[in-house]
Amino acid sequence: MVSTPSPTLPRTLPPSRLPAISPLSFTVLVVVGALFLVSMGQVAPSPEKLANGMPRMAELVGRMLPPNTDPGFLQRMGWRILETLQIALVGTVFGVIISLPMGWLAARGISPLGAFRHFPRALISLFRTVPDLVWALLFVSTLGLGAVAGTMTIVVDTIGFCGRFFAEAMEEADKKPQEALHAIGANRVTVLCGAILPDVMPTLINSSLFALEKAVRASVVLGLVGAGGIGQELKVAFDLFQYRNASAIILAIFIIVLAMEFLTDRLRAKFQ
Amino acid sequence: MERVPTEHVPVPPLAGLRPADTGNPEIGPLVKSVAPVLAPQIIGARGLAKTYPNGQAVFAGIDLDIRADQRVALIGSNGAGKSTLLKCLIGLLPSTHGEITTLGERFMAAPSAAQLTRLRRQIGFVFQNHGLVGRQSVLTNVIQGKLGLPGSWRAWHHALARQEWREEAMAVLAEVRLADKAGARADQLSGGQAQRVAIARALIRRPRLLIADEPAASLDPAVGRDIMRIFSELARDHGITLVYTTHDMQHALDYSDRIVALKDGKVHFDRPTVRVSLRDMDGVFHG
Repeated sequence: MVSTPSPTLPRTLPPSRLPAISPLSFTVLVVVGALFLVSMGQVAPSPEKLANGMPRMAELVGRMLPPNTDPGFLQRMGWRILETLQIALVGTVFGVIISLPMGWLAARGISPLGAFRHFPRALISLFRTVPDLVWALLFVSTLGLGAVAGTMTIVVDTIGFCGRFFAEAMEEADKKPQEALHAIGANRVTVLCGAILPDVMPTLINSSLFALEKAVRASVVLGLVGAGGIGQELKVAFDLFQYRNASAIILAIFIIVLAMEFLTDRLRAKFQ
Repeated sequence: MERVPTEHVPVPPLAGLRPADTGNPEIGPLVKSVAPVLAPQIIGARGLAKTYPNGQAVFAGIDLDIRADQRVALIGSNGAGKSTLLKCLIGLLPSTHGEITTLGERFMAAPSAAQLTRLRRQIGFVFQNHGLVGRQSVLTNVIQGKLGLPGSWRAWHHALARQEWREEAMAVLAEVRLADKAGARADQLSGGQAQRVAIARALIRRPRLLIADEPAASLDPAVGRDIMRIFSELARDHGITLVYTTHDMQHALDYSDRIVALKDGKVHFDRPTVRVSLRDMDGVFHG
């Protein structure tokens, strides 16, 4: 049975079905929409262009198959893969080690720098916002072609990634143990080592494993600008129209990245 | 001013009073065997006041004199300013007015950095929320009680700590009946066990003064009584002055020698526990 409102009570309307939108929000929405439509007309592929490209793509794929399995080539590729993994591992380890003090210096409420914590924070932002290929170009220009430039790129990229996450994790660490240790006169470094780092260790390990996974993906393409690794082999293959070599390299990259994701996922689950 | 008796009369064992001793064998005791003098002062406050930056007055005109080996319960209803007073007395919070002398360090609003360092080295703290590092072992948490003492930088983890500290930590854990949990992670302990570890962490500093802020507030009644009993007995056995805040009347009556009651920002009463009745206590929280 449906109850009818009492005639003595004033009639109350339900709230509007849609949230109210301010004139400013409406204007922003219209401007973004217009920008999207204009941009799409200029940079998005037209259906004709896609249709014309399909046969060429099919032809390229045909020339890439079957992947080259020549033992000499595979051996050379194996060394390059090893170099790629070395760049990723060494770069990530150094990056994580440097990120710890950087994150600490940048963390709000924990940093010993007080208001000056914005300087390390800005440096971390700079490392993060400049793309890794740009860092690679800079290091190739200053350190020369090869794996060292790639490793330095990964170090900087890892600091940009881990520095931010480490700082945020430290800011969110349980304050009670920190207060307890501060009260007995423990200094900032011992509070960091004794209370903050143990508390945030799972987050630090997670972020570091993500950084390693990211570094493997990044070190694969760094070779395109001459910073060592398997990417260098891929660039040579395309430059010399050795498409079967290129397909073998792409397949190897796919397997490496997949293996790394599997490995880091397992490790992350272990450290939860 | 405490008056020294001049004739041999039975004196009730008042907390904080000890037979006088001049320390000079030629003069001897002022009055043989019974003449009591005040035990060394641990905390003294004169005209202490605290007002928050927003203008809210917490307490004013507080005079307090806590002597060695006393077990003092600081009571009052929620928001009476017990914890704030405690923190002001040991220099963790600045007072607005008055003079404090704690463990021989005299300061006005807040102690200097050097005074605070000296104070912290002689004080053990136990907090309501125990403040243990959950992902560290019980042993590491206890050894961390050494932090802040000279040469203590290695105390942040038991694996790096000096062997004698490790042994000392095991000894204090045995005193709180948790030696078998030394290797367990702190976040696997029950609330009562965690608070016992916090007591062990405070004891390993060999403090002259043990400060406990609502140590049993978050525990169930039976565990809370157990914690208070451990506190009280260990403080007595080790000759440590114990000052704790509580809003549990029974904890104040059962485990202290003296009760200081705060009400409306003033000391409502300050008496030996034996002279405090339940009606007095009721007047603090109600009335």
